[in-house]
Amino acid sequence: MAPPEAVPQPPQPAADAKEASAPAEVTETSAPAEVTETSAPAEVTEASAPAAGVKKAPAPAADVSPDSAPAASVLEARSVSKRFPGVVALDDVSFTLRAGETHALVGENGAGKSTLIKVLTGVYRPDEGELRLAGEQIAFARPFEAQQAGISTIYQEVNLVPLMSVARNIFLGREPKNRFGLIDFSRMHRETTELLDGFGVRVDPKRPLHTLGIGTQQMVALARAVSVNAQVVIMDEPTSSLEPREVETLFRVIEDLRARGIAVLYVSHRMDELYRICDRVTVLRDGRHIHTGDLADLDRMQLVSMMLGRDMAEVRRDGVTSFGSEGHDASRTPVLTATGLSRDHQLHDISLSLYAGEVLGLGGLLGSGRSETAKALAGALSLDSGELSIGGRTLRRLTSAGAIRAGISLLPEDRKAEGIVPGLSVRENIVLAAMPRLSRAGIVSRAKQDRIVDIFMKRLRIKAASPEQKVGELSGGNQQKVLLARWLCLEPKVLLLDEPTRGIDVGAKAEVQSLIDDLAREGLAVLLISSDIEELIEGADRIVVLRGGAVAGELSGDEVAESHLLEVLADHSPAPAGNAPAAKEDPR
Amino acid sequence: MNETSPAPVVQAPVPRKTPAAAGGATSSSAAGQRVAELLQRQGALVVLLTVVIVASFVYPTFGTLDNARGVTVQASFGAVVALGMTMVIITGGIDLSVGSVFALGGVLAAWASQWGFLAALFVPLVVCGAIGLLNGFLVARAGMAPFIVTLATLLGARGLLLAITDEGATTYLIPKGSAFAELGQGSIWGFGYPILIALALFGIGGLVLQRTSFGQTLFAVGGSSDAANLMGLPVARTKMLVYTLSGLLAGFAGALSAARLSSGVTIVGVGMELDAISAVVIGGTLLIGGAGSISGTLWGVLLLAVIQNLINQIGELNSSYQSVVSGGFLIVVVVAQRYLARSRRTT
Repeated sequence: MAPPEAVPQPPQPAADAKEASAPAEVTETSAPAEVTETSAPAEVTEASAPAAGVKKAPAPAADVSPDSAPAASVLEARSVSKRFPGVVALDDVSFTLRAGETHALVGENGAGKSTLIKVLTGVYRPDEGELRLAGEQIAFARPFEAQQAGISTIYQEVNLVPLMSVARNIFLGREPKNRFGLIDFSRMHRETTELLDGFGVRVDPKRPLHTLGIGTQQMVALARAVSVNAQVVIMDEPTSSLEPREVETLFRVIEDLRARGIAVLYVSHRMDELYRICDRVTVLRDGRHIHTGDLADLDRMQLVSMMLGRDMAEVRRDGVTSFGSEGHDASRTPVLTATGLSRDHQLHDISLSLYAGEVLGLGGLLGSGRSETAKALAGALSLDSGELSIGGRTLRRLTSAGAIRAGISLLPEDRKAEGIVPGLSVRENIVLAAMPRLSRAGIVSRAKQDRIVDIFMKRLRIKAASPEQKVGELSGGNQQKVLLARWLCLEPKVLLLDEPTRGIDVGAKAEVQSLIDDLAREGLAVLLISSDIEELIEGADRIVVLRGGAVAGELSGDEVAESHLLEVLADHSPAPAGNAPAAKEDPR
Repeated sequence: MNETSPAPVVQAPVPRKTPAAAGGATSSSAAGQRVAELLQRQGALVVLLTVVIVASFVYPTFGTLDNARGVTVQASFGAVVALGMTMVIITGGIDLSVGSVFALGGVLAAWASQWGFLAALFVPLVVCGAIGLLNGFLVARAGMAPFIVTLATLLGARGLLLAITDEGATTYLIPKGSAFAELGQGSIWGFGYPILIALALFGIGGLVLQRTSFGQTLFAVGGSSDAANLMGLPVARTKMLVYTLSGLLAGFAGALSAARLSSGVTIVGVGMELDAISAVVIGGTLLIGGAGSISGTLWGVLLLAVIQNLINQIGELNSSYQSVVSGGFLIVVVVAQRYLARSRRTT
């Protein structure tokens, strides 16, 4: 008995669709605004769209109606919805990707970008709606089928096999075979070298992937995605771990894909990149489709306000939040000073100081380094360089425990994963961090615990049946208050709040907001991170704005207003390419 | 042009690692890694050769051709089982059922040998393949832990075996001189057929692992199941196939062993899964999956067999010490693997 000698390439269920799609794409083309000569044969009719410049062609319509849609669309999502328990991740989203265009997909946290990508690549199946590939309805049961159909994806986290060689990673699942049906390694290595040469990457194809730097690994992933016979390449924040030189290479590859008529869906938070290479943009917010249109028709301000859901025409000053209208009297000696916090690819030379009795807002779009900064301040992120001093004393080694001892408490963004212990009671959750202080010789005084818990449950108005109720049974807002109580009973000097009101109901949100106000008034130094512009502006006395992991500006006094904040967020300064990522154009 | 923008802090050209520096740093540690990897991959071979050479001088009875024939024949059955185990472990799984399946295969072969060669060969293959398929289905499709699934089939197969043999009271004999008995007992130049069959299977197994898409998929699944899935590789089907293969190989090894012994013996194969796992790990396959080799497993099997043989040769030592020695060796190898894994992470 011999084991099956070689398992041939898996049967290709979607292969017919793929083959069928190619002619369909050509024949049905009627609005080839973005199609370049290489992809569209001569018989293409230029019915509805003016064949203007590749990039600047005005979109026929932002939301194309289904009837006129199959124009040059390669991939189309129609009224796609996806729900998870308790969340509607995608709500009736329609979206069209045309051949040869580079299409930006933008949105803040929770906008539904990742879910949409996973629906398009077969990781999730939509609850409602349909996908169309070259006009034909299609449903992917697995990522494999999406790939067979010509949709390949580069994920933000490199998704390759670290222990396997570069060449094997690139050719996994489609290895070149010799006439005995065995893998032809010499051909595989040769083709890998040729392929990677085109990306400006020179590595030994036999080298295990994990021995390469992250950027190079990302380039290998890119090479893999592009070298399959793809019609659509989806790139989820491909530049987040690339060097400027590699970013240039990536852009060259994208240009090349465009010339070959391949559609690219490009997800990034870096405005410069979007404006540099993308033709059209789709904005998602809270799982809903907000806008699709030519990027050239939008300036950065408009784009950012769409992402954040703020209409520039009706910027209001006051209203929905529960912060007091007047500012706080901050003392003039900083409680906490951070200088030059840097971490490869994430933080670049961030300096800020925090005064007692003030709320410092930390603004920035998703991926700007807000959470990383907060984590760095709390000693929960290892840094390449940077210094932190609290009360004038410089902390020598930054550790979470050291930061807590020094009086810095962080309320993390993801309270489920990093904060509460759902199986423990309210009491146990509150006293968790204070245990060392409450115990003598390892024995915890129950009376002390009860006293503290009682104080904080009243003060924060935690709604629980009893202190012994499990935290997992409470509402999101009350869970957040339990977490706050946990840190407050440590009597911190500095409180770092990362999205303290996300995902909690309106009533609890107001309570948390007024609590933040009170705490600052009592002399605590508060750092507030929020994606909610209103919360940030009304809650903070000063706002430090981050962009691309660096400080982009600081607003204080009267500058703390929505229009100013949006301007800095969007980098709407006179010099359009004035911020960090644009430095890639510098000759090296 | 950066200077033109007013307030915002311009990102200075941060002294990141330049590509050249990064390349230099990794290539020097890559050399060290190659040595470590060579040791991991071929350590068992080095130790095996050392032990064989030293023992040949020290114990004259060890270095004889007859002894070599005896050792290798004894080792060949376990080797076939370990071959399947290697593939399972490379995918990051484990198959504890092989010992029971081995015994079941032997008894089924002996029982079916009354209907001739083909029956004696295929009845155990079908039944043991089905058990492997069940393992694979529960692991891959139902998403259960391989440890639990194969522990259950270990118990189940052993129970089935006892039921067939009336609690071991009935022993099925394989007709003397039949073609099937010849499969286990025949030899070429004194080397029994089982040795040659095992070597052939290892040759095919090595080819499958290194030179086919299926083999590459095994490594990918073990190296990163999520990545394999996102790359569109047939992860579930590969897992099902690999457990089926393991069951088939264990059943086949059992049948071969029965052919050698001329009967199906119920008590064989107890603890065999652990011997197989030891041999695989000593052979340099990572227990967490993603890396390993067929040849390493061969050296691992032979090394364990030689150690046992030596302890028998010495005579003064209780043969139970064989387990102590193998156990000690296993710990050394696993510690070395951990060290290697750590040095990888830090690069």
